[in-house]
Amino acid sequence: MTDLPAIATSLERESPLRCLHLVHRNFLVWRKLMLTSMIGNLAEPLIYLIGLGYGIGALVGSIDGRPYITFLAAGMICYSTMNSASFEALYSAFARLQIQRTWEGILHAPMTTDDVVLGEWLWAGLKALFSGTAILLVMYAFGIVQGIAPLAVLPVALLVGLAFAGIALVMTALAKSYDFFTYYFVLLVTPMTFLSGIYFPLRQLPEVAQTVAWFLPLAHAASLARGLTLGDPMPWPLLSIAVLLAYGIVGVTLAAWLVRRRLSR
Amino acid sequence: MLEVQHLRKLYAGRAVVDDVSFSVARGECFGLLGPNGAGKTTTLRCCLGLTAPDGGSIGLGGLPVPQAAREARYRVGVVPQFDNLDPDFTVTENLVMYARYFGIPAREARARAPQLLEYAGLADRGSAKIDALSGGMKRRLTLARALVNDPDILFLDEPTTGLDPQARHVIWDALRKLAKQGKTLILTTHFMDEAERLCDRLCVMDAGRIIALDSPRKLIESLIEPVVLEVYGDDVGEWANANVRALVERLEVSGETAFCYTHSPDAALQALATQPQLRVLRRAANLEDVFIKLTGRDIRD
Repeated sequence: MTDLPAIATSLERESPLRCLHLVHRNFLVWRKLMLTSMIGNLAEPLIYLIGLGYGIGALVGSIDGRPYITFLAAGMICYSTMNSASFEALYSAFARLQIQRTWEGILHAPMTTDDVVLGEWLWAGLKALFSGTAILLVMYAFGIVQGIAPLAVLPVALLVGLAFAGIALVMTALAKSYDFFTYYFVLLVTPMTFLSGIYFPLRQLPEVAQTVAWFLPLAHAASLARGLTLGDPMPWPLLSIAVLLAYGIVGVTLAAWLVRRRLSR
Repeated sequence: MLEVQHLRKLYAGRAVVDDVSFSVARGECFGLLGPNGAGKTTTLRCCLGLTAPDGGSIGLGGLPVPQAAREARYRVGVVPQFDNLDPDFTVTENLVMYARYFGIPAREARARAPQLLEYAGLADRGSAKIDALSGGMKRRLTLARALVNDPDILFLDEPTTGLDPQARHVIWDALRKLAKQGKTLILTTHFMDEAERLCDRLCVMDAGRIIALDSPRKLIESLIEPVVLEVYGDDVGEWANANVRALVERLEVSGETAFCYTHSPDAALQALATQPQLRVLRRAANLEDVFIKLTGRDIRD
């Protein structure tokens, strides 16, 4: 018994990919509930897009020579990717951590907490990508975007998803119950949407608020999304990518440490 | 298969596992017996590498734990105290998905699933939802799930807690079958009958320490008088203290029952015959008597 069976030895070599078991698990579950999940993920941004786009749009007229709905749609890509990743990495991940004890079961197999957290992070990023893709398709259907250039926003959608999944997993690792997540949304996420140029251009905000906004991931997300779908000038595209990456990587690293501490007591 | 040396685990500065050493040979069924809070589950968690010990060393299947715990778990199956079956999947999907965590290809896992379901008595429940299973079925499925990797060693944390008598017997039969196949079983329990029936050797723990370690039979032979008289009746304690204490080796009174432990019960039985209002039960000493002697009658929380 000092020798590991052949199968284990072969897995040792592919060890960084173990987290994909979790991505696979979550994908299989998502596939079962795909329709309801899609409707849930899409309904809110679509209602905002149509309701605000036409309602407020009629009052606002145009922004930078474009209809308001066009301006808003690019923001909605970010809003829906952010929400999609956040809900997955908060409520769904917490259910698997605390309520269903799914992670506990997985950790009895040859998996580590790092594998689990990394897998959840990648999965939440992928789910955000699905949502972003859906909004982009709606933009094509509405004639808001044309051609293939706007497809470049999809990698950004994944990146935005990973950034918010990273932050959300830290919250999940710290949470005692679902109530904690309400504070996260009310105190952090909702104010951030108003600070980050989702509903109206950032330049409407006072100078100080604009400076604060550029420290937040969502402002960079919105800047990249508008640049890539509508061709707006992006002030610092590389910095924006770096900020999103940093939020995601620092988030998932911290979350992995917190989960290890939480579960190995 | 499992080698534990001077294991120590602290929670908030208090030792919940204190200088615990034991080793389990291949094919053996080893039981950790103790009241709540004795440190049984913590000992198991340390052995699996799920929590890091504060002292001592553990070898699991020849690998050092926690350093190589993940690798060691390829040859291990776990039945946890609380079911953590995946409620998002059906019965069969639970088995197939769990095999994936061991790196077993999906095709192979699907091919093996019917055999495991058969073993768990769930052959016709493959497509059932987890929520639709009874407590006993969930336990059996958890046991089947612990076998997806055909492990050498099985860890079972209170495998029959919360089950009805029928379901417990089914689990016991299943475990005996596994033992016969040469699997090493390590289980925690606070049921004496379970420990006595299943385990080749028992380790009695209390307050984080080992207080006895031997086969159930030897524990009974060496640690306690062979005959027990249980005497029931109003104010039995007072009467027994005055009249029986000198006739037996040990007397314990708990509520309205007096327990008399002795090698030769005749004198005590004669004295008791004069008291028709007291009911007497004569029986052989069992593991529960040993357990109570070692750990006392106080309630643990």
